[in-house]
Amino acid sequence: MRKSWWKILAVVLLIYTFTAGFLIHIPHIGNLKETARNLFFHVPMWFGQITLLSISLVYSILYLRTPDLKYDIFAVCFAKTGILMGILGLVTGSIWATYTWGSPWSNDPKQIGVAIALLIYFAYLVLRNAVPDIDKRAKVSAVYNIFAYFIYIPLIMILPRMVESLHPGGKGVEGNPGLNGADLDANMQLVFLPAVIGWTLLGAWISTLNIRIELIRDKNLLNAE
Amino acid sequence: MKTIFALLKKDLLLELRQQHSFYGILLYVASTIFVLYLSLSNPEPDVWNALFWVIQLFVCVNAVAKSFLQESRGRMLYFYSISGAREFIIAKLIYNIILMLLMSMMSLGLFFLLLKNPLDKPLVFLGIVCLGSISLSLVFTLLAAIAAKAQQNAALMAILGFPLIVPQLLLVIRLSKAAFGEQFRTGAVLNLTGLIVGLDIMVLILSIILFPFLWKD
Repeated sequence: MRKSWWKILAVVLLIYTFTAGFLIHIPHIGNLKETARNLFFHVPMWFGQITLLSISLVYSILYLRTPDLKYDIFAVCFAKTGILMGILGLVTGSIWATYTWGSPWSNDPKQIGVAIALLIYFAYLVLRNAVPDIDKRAKVSAVYNIFAYFIYIPLIMILPRMVESLHPGGKGVEGNPGLNGADLDANMQLVFLPAVIGWTLLGAWISTLNIRIELIRDKNLLNAE
Repeated sequence: MKTIFALLKKDLLLELRQQHSFYGILLYVASTIFVLYLSLSNPEPDVWNALFWVIQLFVCVNAVAKSFLQESRGRMLYFYSISGAREFIIAKLIYNIILMLLMSMMSLGLFFLLLKNPLDKPLVFLGIVCLGSISLSLVFTLLAAIAAKAQQNAALMAILGFPLIVPQLLLVIRLSKAAFGEQFRTGAVLNLTGLIVGLDIMVLILSIILFPFLWKD
């Protein structure tokens, strides 16, 4: 019970997100109409993705400090869930864009940024598959993961500020990578924050399940040391 | 410091003696640009700009890939015994920057020769080319080290590198438009330059921190 409180919290918060998210009153602005509710599903994906990738980064650094294969498994599992949330964020965003921008893909800088980010992390997985030796794979991919993370963060922080974008959250130099939290309707904020926490916890949960599977699979390897 | 210099000298000497690699890349550049010349003899400034940077990207992959892939296992072991990892990577970084600067200058010359000169401010563009080629070679040096460690060829390096280089490449292409006579907001040019230099410094620091981990076996 003590250890699973956060899983229960995740379930409760997500149930709340799914009910309140569809039921509360939201302001109607322009052509957004009810699609603004996507905020509770699309935006938390990105918060979750950044959090999971950051955790993955921490484990990669830990691996380089003390080469323990466990850290490598942690890093890759968190990165994989991060990629999953990125794909989900892209899909939810595209569905939303179909109804507000008129097409699922309009070469918006934020869409491009996300596509590049996914490519970076797919490359991480390709790199892992390319190295047969386990210790070497762990080391090389940890180095790449750290390098990629520090390029990825400027990418999503700088690029959206440089160019005009259709995405909510300002344009040009004032543009925010996502949207400006202060603009959010008070009613929506009540659901938004729990949604972010809920989805992030769910991502962490998926990762830990994956980690347990991997740890069992590599049990012989890990205990051999 | 002395070690860095010695390693750098060794790389440069090797390059001068076995000129096949240098001329190989040069031929690669020249034939690519010649194909461009045949397919579009008078491109618009925007196309010219984009083509120039994409070709720099491919040149960089080819030029930098060698820097680690050419070192055999035994030779790496030898370097390991005579110098530290930091000195080794710094020497490689400097060598790649020199090589890449040379290559960019050559391709710029060929671009002028074959594809005309749509630039308003050639000197500004020259500065941007230097900045851009330094960025390219910095990013790809560490990636070359990773690819070499993974015992893979240049293809893996391209897969790893292309998404990672995009931010810098976009910034450089954007900045290049200043040389084509596009008016920027006041301070925007300095802003962009600052961003690119900032990213370069970050990549440099990351390379120096991360390479020692790759090096140990």
